[in-house]
Amino acid sequence: MTETENDIVIAARDLTRRYGEVSVVDCVTFDIAKGETFGLLGPNGAGKTTTILMMLGLTEISGGTIRVLGSDPARAPLRVKRRVGYLPDSVGFYDHLTAVENLAYTSKLMGLRPAERARRITAALARVRLSDVADKRVATFSRGMRQRLGLAEIIVKQAEIAILDEPTSGLDPQSTIEFLGLIGELKAEGVTVLLSSHMLDQVQRVCNRVALFQSGRIVLMGAVADLARQVLGAGFVVEVEADGNGLDRRLAAIPGVTGVETLAADRFRMTADRDVRPDAARAVVAANGSLRRLSVDEPSLEAIYARYFQSRSGETQGARHAA
Amino acid sequence: MRREGSPFQGVGAVAVKELTDNLSSARMFVLEWLIVLTALAALYSAIDSLRRTTAQDPFLLLRLFTVNHAPLPSFVAILGFLIPLMAIGLGFDAINGEHNRRTLSRILAQPIYRDALLIGKFLAGLVTLAMSLAALWLMVVGLGLIFLGVPPGGEEIARSLAFLVIAVFYAGVWLALAMLLSIVFRSSATAALVALGIWLFLTILWPMLAPAIAQMIAPPDPRYALLGLETPDTAMWAQMLSRISPNHLFSEAMVGVLSPTTRTLGPVFLEQLRGAVMGAPLPLGQSLIIVWPQTVGLIAGTIVLFVIGYVAFQRQEVRA
Repeated sequence: MTETENDIVIAARDLTRRYGEVSVVDCVTFDIAKGETFGLLGPNGAGKTTTILMMLGLTEISGGTIRVLGSDPARAPLRVKRRVGYLPDSVGFYDHLTAVENLAYTSKLMGLRPAERARRITAALARVRLSDVADKRVATFSRGMRQRLGLAEIIVKQAEIAILDEPTSGLDPQSTIEFLGLIGELKAEGVTVLLSSHMLDQVQRVCNRVALFQSGRIVLMGAVADLARQVLGAGFVVEVEADGNGLDRRLAAIPGVTGVETLAADRFRMTADRDVRPDAARAVVAANGSLRRLSVDEPSLEAIYARYFQSRSGETQGARHAA
Repeated sequence: MRREGSPFQGVGAVAVKELTDNLSSARMFVLEWLIVLTALAALYSAIDSLRRTTAQDPFLLLRLFTVNHAPLPSFVAILGFLIPLMAIGLGFDAINGEHNRRTLSRILAQPIYRDALLIGKFLAGLVTLAMSLAALWLMVVGLGLIFLGVPPGGEEIARSLAFLVIAVFYAGVWLALAMLLSIVFRSSATAALVALGIWLFLTILWPMLAPAIAQMIAPPDPRYALLGLETPDTAMWAQMLSRISPNHLFSEAMVGVLSPTTRTLGPVFLEQLRGAVMGAPLPLGQSLIIVWPQTVGLIAGTIVLFVIGYVAFQRQEVRA
């Protein structure tokens, strides 16, 4: 990825946050380029939210530096917060106010003029498909609607960077898909999106690059495909559904295949460093089998994640093997 | 290290929103009616007893505030008791309520400082209290006109306005205390309970404890006791200790402002009274000088409590 200095909107260098002796965020370094969708991954308590709060100047920085849009959020928080939108983890609204009133309050805090406020709020509610409940009290809103209202707030702000903390946790699948679609729209407009989540497949669907947090440190960072090569050692996962004698051995014999996993009597998952589908088809035919399905998976973040932590716990603890 | 931008950006927006919430909340409705009804009862009995003495009293309007007619205490005494309740009701969930609704981090992610949120909320609470007290004040003046039929003089109005101002600062102390507790305690219920506990302690228990503690510090001299007098040291200590309670400061200030004949709020020596015309009212300026220390005490209490809350809030984590 080629990044010039001007393209970088968030730059963290050895960013650290300590509570007493405990480092919640420990010497974290990363750059986020303009227009990128960056995922912060990791288990709960790994330091994702603290990192986000430091970007907004909402918590003290114990060490290192962070620049957001060229400003230091600890010194010039207003300048940063004027251009950055934040959707907190399980966002709350004033239940006794309507959707429009809630947005009107925050847009007043943003310092927008009344006419501009009304225009932007109407447009934003339309974009997140909340126009028909605009004048309903937020108390009646479902969790998915609240999340969308939170996103509407970022749209009203016309933020250059949208920071979303666990935006899809607790949403039903339908709402999740809708919400990811809205994030896609933001991305298409050139908004830099920073997403924290532990829902790996969703992150993979929308993010260009991810950073994997573990106990306050970034342990892996890069594009998903690169990480797959790094951790899984192979770029392609091919699934074969077919029957035939000794198919697993034949598949394993294909050049470039690094492993074959038998999922069921007639289903196999192969990992390979190239697209081995033609060879797999040939192998099935050679075994007189009938080929029912042949698919190639993008390497999944979940597999990377699981494999990474498995190998780590194997290294450090040996006996205690995480299943 | 200096921060950029004004800490007051957004104060107006916060204050207007909180004021709207305060005025339309059911909680406020209940508190206002509680105060209006109790005050009306006190006023009614005051009017009843004043009607008989209308002709003799030059400060009839002021008597409305201070006359008590058993079994009801005076209007001012009722306010001294109930204003804290109203202020606590407005402030006990100011900050922890935002935490619990999970709105705090969203609001603070807007381009404002935390100062704006705290100051805006405090101002909104104070304005709400001032409006209620002003309404009560108008009610007293109006009822006085209707039932006593004597128009109040300029000095009476000025003195009752001084009452209003001091009452607002008294409310400010309790509002600042309630907000401080709402910052310190994450649970609104705990904050409310602690605030009510402090209120009951200071208004009911402390007036009984203060003289007892004073007697321990400065035991009464038997020679004074033989003469049927209070020992000066003990009396001084009792008064100093009582003044820790804002309730006591408020009632002292009220005595000074609303009873023009009051010459002093503490013990005096006879020689200090030489040449004084006993029972003659003091001019307004002199009365104000008498209650000035009490007023400053209330203002200072408000500021100190607010500042402690401010510092605590600045250092608080915003995440839920």
